[in-house]
Amino acid sequence: MSDPAGYRLPAPGTQPPYDAPDYGSTRRRHPTRPLLRVPHTPTEVSAPRMDPARYPPHADLSKLEGREGLGERIIVAGRVLDEEGRPVRGAMVEVWQANAAGRYHHPGDTHDAPLDPNFRGQGRVFADAEGRYRFTTIRPGAYPWRNHHNAWRPVHIHFSLFGAGFAQRLITQMYFPGDPLLPLDPIFNSIPDPAARQRLVARFDLDVTEPEWALGYRFDIVLRGREATPMEDAA
Amino acid sequence: MSAATPSQTAGPYWHLIDFPEWADLLREDGPNAGLAGERILLTGRVTDGDGAPCPDVMVELWQAGPDGEYGGAFHGFGRCATDAEGRFRFVTLRPGPVRGRGNAVQAPHVTLSLFARGLLRQLVTRLYFAGEPLNETDPVLSAAEPERRATLIAQPAGGGEWRLDIRLQGEGETVFLEV
Ligand SMILES: [Fe+2]
Repeated sequence: MSDPAGYRLPAPGTQPPYDAPDYGSTRRRHPTRPLLRVPHTPTEVSAPRMDPARYPPHADLSKLEGREGLGERIIVAGRVLDEEGRPVRGAMVEVWQANAAGRYHHPGDTHDAPLDPNFRGQGRVFADAEGRYRFTTIRPGAYPWRNHHNAWRPVHIHFSLFGAGFAQRLITQMYFPGDPLLPLDPIFNSIPDPAARQRLVARFDLDVTEPEWALGYRFDIVLRGREATPMEDAA
Repeated sequence: MSAATPSQTAGPYWHLIDFPEWADLLREDGPNAGLAGERILLTGRVTDGDGAPCPDVMVELWQAGPDGEYGGAFHGFGRCATDAEGRFRFVTLRPGPVRGRGNAVQAPHVTLSLFARGLLRQLVTRLYFAGEPLNETDPVLSAAEPERRATLIAQPAGGGEWRLDIRLQGEGETVFLEV
């Protein structure tokens, strides 16, 4: 039996390091020993089947039990593709975020900003056969964190993706265009390659925008692609 | 061709996507209800470079079924939030040996991924079972430095429980994998 084609390692500079001195929480949490490279086997190239019947979609974060959350309603849409540009059909996309005031519906968030009883900030959608996903939400607010003096996170939505292979598993953040906090943020700027960094910034898209309803943002996500299929073992 | 989207930390508020029942892969209304196999508990504690517990980690589990297959009847995915002491706990079935590269056989193992504040990318490791004869020839265990191999091997704690602590940094640092 031939070996499965593995997933390619990331291009240099396109992923953040574990040790990022400007992001204080990495200091005591980054490994100091080199990672052990694992040739890909069924463990790395298979992935859980995330079936919408088991993991019900929730594509409208803007309301809770029919009541509208406060803030600016937005639509976020895009495609989940692999590095060859092929759609990752059925990819499960989980999202979570702060409310319009910059406060998470989370007991650990003590920022002095109001909670919104009609906004929870959690969603789940699936990519269709073309890799397209879409959800409606409220534009989140910026919030302070204690990383350094006067530190504020740029406006962002957290994304969690399950692709076709375990090696494609990705958690990331989507940012908004023109945010003045982006150049100051150690998390965003931990990615060495500026072009790779910019791919985390959604773009405003009039085609996603719905008249008299909500502004639209486009955010495409690229998951790792596979090496060329290996030749059958010469026997 | 465009490069893969960069990873970013899950941050401290990822519990909005925590569904505690996902840590029990054998739950009655879950995908594996009624499947036959050896029921086990996988437990451990995540600590940082100061030896302090990490109370805000999302631990994800990925494993084959008792038949050693990933695409079979067994749904081998789980998620667990560490508690105030940094502890995680999964209920699952013991996986079977998994096909490796070439003619290799991989010893039964469970993949654990950690996402958290302070981790800009996930950390991935494997949990093996002490006393399993296939451990001797497992390609990943064999590739790990001998003096660090024990960080990948869970020990039995009685009553079907297997325990493996995860140290992110420093003394006894867990072997993490570049997947
Ligand atoms: Fe956040």
